[in-house]
Amino acid sequence: MAGVSHWWNSKSRPAQWGYMVPVVIFLLALPVLNPPIITTEPYTDFPIALFNAAVFALIAIGLNVVIGQAGLLDLGYVGFFAIGAYTAALLSSPDSELGVRYPWLVIVPIAMVVTMISGVILGTPTLRLRGDYLAIVTLGFGEIVRLLADNVDPLRGNRGFQNIARPGGDFPDGTPIFSQTDALGFYWLAVMIIVIVLLFMGNLERSRVGRAWIAVREDEDAAELSGVPTYRFKIWAFAIGAAVGGLSGTLFAAQVGYVNNQRFDITTSTLYLAAVVLGGQGNKVGVILGAFLVSYIPDRFQFEPTYRFLIFGVALIVLMIFRPQGLLGMRQHLLANGRQAYQKLFGAGTAVAPSGLTASSKARGDLSETVPDDHAGTSPRGGGE
Amino acid sequence: MSEPSSTDTSLDTPPSEEGLLESLEHMDAAERAEHDAAVSASVAPDREISVAKGETLLAVDGLTVRFGGLTALDDVSFDVRRGEILGLIGPNGAGKTTCFNIMTGVYRPTSGDIRLEGVSLARMKRYKIIQTGVARTFQNIRLFGAMTALENVVVGADARHRTSVPGALLRLPRHRREEREAVEKAMALLEFVGIADRAADKATALPYGYQRRLEIARALATQPKLLCLDEPAAGFSASEKDGLSELILKIRDDGYTVVIVEHDMRVVLGVTDRLVVLDFGRKIADGIPDEVRRDPAVVSAYLGGDLDEESDQ
Repeated sequence: MAGVSHWWNSKSRPAQWGYMVPVVIFLLALPVLNPPIITTEPYTDFPIALFNAAVFALIAIGLNVVIGQAGLLDLGYVGFFAIGAYTAALLSSPDSELGVRYPWLVIVPIAMVVTMISGVILGTPTLRLRGDYLAIVTLGFGEIVRLLADNVDPLRGNRGFQNIARPGGDFPDGTPIFSQTDALGFYWLAVMIIVIVLLFMGNLERSRVGRAWIAVREDEDAAELSGVPTYRFKIWAFAIGAAVGGLSGTLFAAQVGYVNNQRFDITTSTLYLAAVVLGGQGNKVGVILGAFLVSYIPDRFQFEPTYRFLIFGVALIVLMIFRPQGLLGMRQHLLANGRQAYQKLFGAGTAVAPSGLTASSKARGDLSETVPDDHAGTSPRGGGE
Repeated sequence: MSEPSSTDTSLDTPPSEEGLLESLEHMDAAERAEHDAAVSASVAPDREISVAKGETLLAVDGLTVRFGGLTALDDVSFDVRRGEILGLIGPNGAGKTTCFNIMTGVYRPTSGDIRLEGVSLARMKRYKIIQTGVARTFQNIRLFGAMTALENVVVGADARHRTSVPGALLRLPRHRREEREAVEKAMALLEFVGIADRAADKATALPYGYQRRLEIARALATQPKLLCLDEPAAGFSASEKDGLSELILKIRDDGYTVVIVEHDMRVVLGVTDRLVVLDFGRKIADGIPDEVRRDPAVVSAYLGGDLDEESDQ
């Protein structure tokens, strides 16, 4: 494990993206290959299961910004997902009282802005709170959104909205790429959106913004006394996390084509949180893995309807016993020029990982009091080994 | 700000095969001196020590702080002059750390004011105080444990940066320039405080003495006019204390002004240009170390113990 991450960290960022190309191609081909054992069929359509997992992964990436990076415990994240889905519904369903039918591509930026604003509205009063208090307020936010969907008349409660806009386009044989019955096109779209979002998240992480978030997570007072405008960057974390949540909401609404008040309860928020914790807070690849498992396991064991959630629960517990820090440990690259800088100091040949696996520090081991661990969880909530 | 420096930490030149740190080991004296000068220039790019030395930098004016019924500071006034090392001493509970906390915005004064170059810090947001020019270290080390040493220092340098989310998201030119400058500066700072050999290690993995020095580097990265060191020698061995004193003097000589709270009298008397003594929240003495240590009020405040005696402990 350490060897793999060492090798990976010695590659430049463009090279890492280069290595990702075959992985992404494999992921895109996965529903077509429909490999035995892995497939969820015949009980659940495999492309749909994969699409749901991809939406879950996108949500986990957004929630990871808030929880994994900025260290803000948000238990109402489903609220943003719901706002994204309902924005799509209101702007395109014939059931909507707004009476407009915007195309999906127009809806996406609008929904992201709306959720972003709702993130700022939630964050402005609440981000002065810390820890448990923040968790409770966000929990309340998620419930408020759900209750609004239940009770506000124009949001149609349980009746919901039909015929929500989906992206256009046809395969050469004339069947639509994006349809409710065949999720293949939607799955491909979701994977591409994840790639783009990951690219932007990587940019943020290797910047003042990413450093500010980690600093807030590690020690908020020290961050502020080192010149980090903590409040502003916490709001940004909420806003960006919310925007990604809204994006996933519109993607989900488009594929299902139908939104009502049934999917946005506290259990869903908890599953999002489970995906992030399971995969590894603060590790983008980790939370994607976590989201995949949380979404995939119940689908895979659908043939055993009585016990599938038991299997799911046992799997979660076993994972948390053996990997309390998540499948992949916290890991971040916080400098745009980090690799260059470390190579400047320790020599062009050294492969330098942010964990401190440098040739030089090993050679100077006499100074070392603690052996730096590759995945040492160091935050109060990070969970060490 | 400073033009791309010609220091060895510049990222414009490709890394050498052996790396900067190893090449330092077999430099001759002249090359080494040149290198150190370049590092110093990068650490303190705009020092104007000869011009402004001696004028008032920070004015503490009638500072009173009450926590409920407890008066932690009672009408304390003193000046910090540009280019000096001021020692803030006193027995436990005298109000030294409270004074520090007011200077850096952790607490708000009940009355009185505190001004840096005439600008009041008393009601300013904490991160603004840093930008105005007061940086600090902590009595109990508070680094960002999951970050590398280099990243910790870059967080300090970020205090001077203007890039926010849009710039970082799209990697705009200003963001790229700030990133590069910050890393170069942070590398120079790590070398300046003497811990560059562990730049890539997580802060929690560093030895204790390195962590203390890393805090100083992070504070210096914010380009402070005034550096506040809160018990920097706590937990140090005698030889580490000497090394620290040397570093503090070097920081002063590079044009920074330093306020230091410290219990260890050998460090205090070794580095300070002036002392302010607090006792039960009141200022009882203010002057050059030689005068202050003979001041009867100071001697009695230290329970009859002589300052020299304490230094032997």
